[in-house]
This record gives sequence, C-alpha cells and structure tokens, in this order.
Amino acid sequence: MQDLTGRRPVVTDTHPSLLDRTMEAAARATPEPLATTVRGLSDRMVAWIFIAPTILLLLAINIFPLIWTIRLSFTNYRANRPNEAVKDIGLSNYARILTDSDTWMAMQTTAHFVLWTIVLQTLIGFTLAYLIDRKFRGHAVWTTIILVPMMLSPAVVGNFWRFLYEPQIGLFAYIVSFFTGIPPTEILMLSNVTLAPWAIVIVDTWMWTPYVMLICLAGLRSIPDYIYEAAEVDRASNWRQFWSITLPMALPFIMLAVLFRGIENFKMFDMVNLLTGGGPGSTTEVASITLKREAFEKWRTGFSSAFAIILFVAVFGLANIYVKVLNRVKSR
Amino acid sequence: MSAAAHSVVEPSTTSKRVAATLVIVYAVVSMIPLFWIFATSFKTPPDSIAYPPKIVFTPSIEGYCNLFTTRTRQTAEYINALPPATSFCDETTRKRNMVIAGPSNFLPRFLNSIVIAFGSTFLAVFLGTLAAYGFSRFKVPLADDLLFFILSTRFMPPIAVAIPIYLMYREIGLSDTALGMILLYTAVNVSLAVWLLKGFIDEIPREYEEAAMIDGYTRLQAFWRVVLPQATTGIAATAIFCLIFAWNEYAFAALLTSGTAQTAPPFIPTIIGEGGQDWPAVAAGTTIFLVPILVFTILLRKQLLRGITFGAVRK
Repeated sequence: MQDLTGRRPVVTDTHPSLLDRTMEAAARATPEPLATTVRGLSDRMVAWIFIAPTILLLLAINIFPLIWTIRLSFTNYRANRPNEAVKDIGLSNYARILTDSDTWMAMQTTAHFVLWTIVLQTLIGFTLAYLIDRKFRGHAVWTTIILVPMMLSPAVVGNFWRFLYEPQIGLFAYIVSFFTGIPPTEILMLSNVTLAPWAIVIVDTWMWTPYVMLICLAGLRSIPDYIYEAAEVDRASNWRQFWSITLPMALPFIMLAVLFRGIENFKMFDMVNLLTGGGPGSTTEVASITLKREAFEKWRTGFSSAFAIILFVAVFGLANIYVKVLNRVKSR
Repeated sequence: MSAAAHSVVEPSTTSKRVAATLVIVYAVVSMIPLFWIFATSFKTPPDSIAYPPKIVFTPSIEGYCNLFTTRTRQTAEYINALPPATSFCDETTRKRNMVIAGPSNFLPRFLNSIVIAFGSTFLAVFLGTLAAYGFSRFKVPLADDLLFFILSTRFMPPIAVAIPIYLMYREIGLSDTALGMILLYTAVNVSLAVWLLKGFIDEIPREYEEAAMIDGYTRLQAFWRVVLPQATTGIAATAIFCLIFAWNEYAFAALLTSGTAQTAPPFIPTIIGEGGQDWPAVAAGTTIFLVPILVFTILLRKQLLRGITFGAVRK
C-alpha cells in the first residue's frame, strides 16, 4: 500500500455525482484505449503539449549551450576579446588538459576531497542512522534537528565558517585549543597547507552527513521485521545479524547516498570558493575552481570549454550509475 | 516513522539510552555553528572578535544596523553639530565616530533573491506538473530516456554550464537580469519537479480521472478538477524544494550577476566594515537569510527524504 499522507482519497466536492462505487465500476469497465476516444484533445496530443515545454526549456538552457561548449572546445576563443578572429585548433585543448600537470593536480585534489568526505559522511551518517533506528523517545525531533545543516546554503553558511576558523578570534580555534592546549594563534585552518583541505572536509561533513544519515535511515527502515525475527529464532548473534542482514539490505541505499555525494562533491564549487578560494597556493584548488579561473579570470574560453566537457562526461557516467541504483531502490 | 513494539526485535533499554545520548550529543554539536551565527548577529563588532569568544554578552542590534546601512567616518565636531539622533542605529553609529550615509545594498539583493526564487519556483512547478502528468499517465515514446535526460541536466557542473550561458546571455541581453536568472533556475529545478511530481501523481489512482472522463469530462478537465486537487500536497512539497534550491544557489549567481540582479548569497560574503569583514553584519544577513529555510525545513520534514532522492524513496 502506498502512503497517501494528508490526501483525501476521493474528490467529492468537485463532482458529487462521482461516488466511489460507480467510479470503480466504471473504471473497471473502461479499458485504457477507450479513454482516449473521449471528447477533447486526444491523449497523444495532451501528452506532447504537457511534456514539450519542459523539454524545450531544457534544450534551450542546457543542451544548446552544451553544443556551443563542444564547438568552442575546439577553438582558441576568448570571451573577453569577442572581436578577435577565432581559430580552429582541433583537439589541442584536450591534449593540453590531459598533459597539463596543473589540471591533473586539480583532479587529484578533487579526488582526495571526494574520497575523504564520502568516507567520513558514510561512517558518521550510517552510525547516526543506526542509532536513530533504535527508536528511543524523541528520536523524530532530534532527527529533524540533525537535518537542518543540509538544507542551508553552502555558500552563505560556508562563508560564516571563515569566521569560525579565524585563528585568533574564531570559535573553532578556541575549542580546539581548549582541548589540546595548542595556542589558538597556531590553528591556521585556512592558511596552513596541510590543514586547509581538512577545513573544507570538516565543513562539508558537517553539512552533508545528515543527507547520508537520512537515506541510510530509509534503508534501515526498509528491512522488514520478520527477517530479524527469523534470525532471532535461529539464534543469530547481534553481530551476525548486523553483517548478514542489516548491512547488505541497507547497501543499495548507502550506495545511493555515496553516489549522490560523490557527484555533488566532484563538482564542488561554492564552499571551496568562499572558504579558501583554492588556496593557500593551490592546495584546495578543486576542478571547479580551476575551471572558474580558466573561464572567468584568465578568459581562456576555448580551453575551459574543453575542460568543462571532460567534467561533463565524467559526471554523466556517474549520473548514469546513480539512476540505475535509484531505480533499484525504487522497486524496493 | 512507526514505533510499533516488536517483542523480538525491539532494542533493549540500555541500547536505546546509549543511542539517544550519542545522537543528542551529535545534534547539539552540529548546532553550534548555527547558534554562533545567531549569537554573533547580536554582538557589537568589538564583542564579536573578543578572545576568548564571548558566550555571555550584552545583546545589540548594531550588526543589523550595519547590515542595512552604509556609513562614513566623520570628525567629532561634525557629529556634535548634527541634530539629535533619531534612532538607535543613528546613535550607535555616531558613538563610533561615523554617520549613516544611506541604505546598503542588502535589501535590494534580498528582494532579488525573493523575486528570482519565487519566479523560478512558479515556472518550474508549473512546467514540472504538466510534464509529470504526461509521463505518469501516457505511454510516451522513450519515456525512460527522456526522464534520464531531464534528471541528468541537474547533475551538470554549474561552472561548466555557466560558460556558455554567460556567452549566450551576453548575446541576447539577459546578462545580469532577473529574467535570465529565473530561466536558468527554472531549467535546473524543472528536473527535480518532474521527478518528484511524477512520484506524487503516480500515487493518485488513474481510475479517478477515467471515471470522470466516462462522466463527460475531457482529459484536460479531468486533469484540472480531479488530479490537481489530489496532488496539492505533492505540489506544495515540490515547490518548497525548488524554492530552497533557488534561494541557496551561489555558483550561477556569483558568475552571472554582478549588480542589478545579484542575489543575497554572493552579496553576503562581500559585506565589509572598517578593517576587514564586519562579522556581526554578516551574521545578521546570514540569520535573516536562513530563517525562511529553517521554517521550510520544519514544514517539509516528512517529505525531505523524497525530495533528496528525486521521489525514489518514499518512507
């Protein structure tokens, strides 16, 4: 049975003559094709009239620009010099990206960032979900409170973390120095080469662990009780139950969360741009920051278009896997 | 969120206590940054940068004054010669040897956020409802591919999209306009709207419309009078999700708007006072910006899971 929260089951006020029983009987008596011949527009027409505007909008705002980007990626076009002659340079933008050590550095920084945020968020998020699933009193309220950070603007809140990270006056430095005794002036979260990447990982984990937690919780709740009951009958230990029931059955949900966070963090821009802007040096320069620098600061439009296409392809591949997992979870 | 008691699998009291403690500790710790934003917005600039950080302080609305005004430094003689201060903001500004020079850009930026977020939400939900109904009720050729195409547009890296959009908008005069931003956010949000609403509409039995059509309704009338009233919860939840996305969005706004159409997220980080960032003012702006989201999150709490999984996970 599907959950029809807060919805009236039958519309009686709009058409009082439609009583449940007649309706059901009528519906049962009506094979699908017959419905299409009822007066008015044909179903085929309605379907296209309803779907076309969305498709057209996406073609105009997403696909047309995408094709334009592909076109530009083979040129040396610069957006800040629109009158200069545009030269076709074939694949050399792509060749340069794939051999350029800076872009590889950016890809590596992105990979580190994606890896660590996923590891931390999955561990903490799953643990939290597991604990919340103990269904202690008030768990619903605390769940809602935990969810708050993920709804907020990463840019606006990320920006405020700069203040928390201030070495002398920031709350973060104060708390760390309170517990460790390290002088607060030495906790340079955003300007120390080793600490800066972690500063971003911490904010991202703070913000998105709730996301992983919520999906894991759904996974845990999708496991029917009778499986555990059967395991109890078989005297399987809690440990055994966790490894052979809980984890495998929640796994598609965990995958869903991991993939989505992976995609999102692969293209991470706002938080990094505001916290460190890619610095110090280029230690936190993730792919999106490099792309922004190339496209909107150095104005190498052709080169950055090629880079954008490479990122597209990568994201597209991940998105494909994501949708497959999504459909699998949906059928549960 | 059922809490039905199952004799066999019900966790023990001890494990519940341990779980509750750990979850509450996490929740409280994760609220500290938000509490700090709120607290800082009511501090004076000297209090905000005190060491050790002040947890107990005399609240002041100076941050909010500074958020909404621009101020200039003046000599003591000039300030003394002025007529008496008419408001609290006037008074505090003068105490710092400054006078209010005029309103800041915060209000127009905030209004831009409202116009762009609501405009794009309305469009996305409108288009999304139609398309979702189309996909839910009719045999659309290549439906799965089209749906994947629609969803995949949401995964595009914003900076990569911004490059051609920047060029395109420059050509057709949509650069730095609210309309341009509304169209862009609509395109991003419509994918979420279609997927979410398709889930909601799938749940409405199609027998309702078919019965109505037997009764003489056309397909459009059945959609309007039977399906839409049933889908209001879903439409409202979808609208809030779209609103939150458009409200929070930063990358496009930062790259494609610079003045007249700039929204609050790229503006708030640029609030500076004398000698660096004016943190109480930033905190005040952040607080005002976050309050609507907090309200919406609480309203949405039952639908959150659906929203973040594009309607795939329902409970």
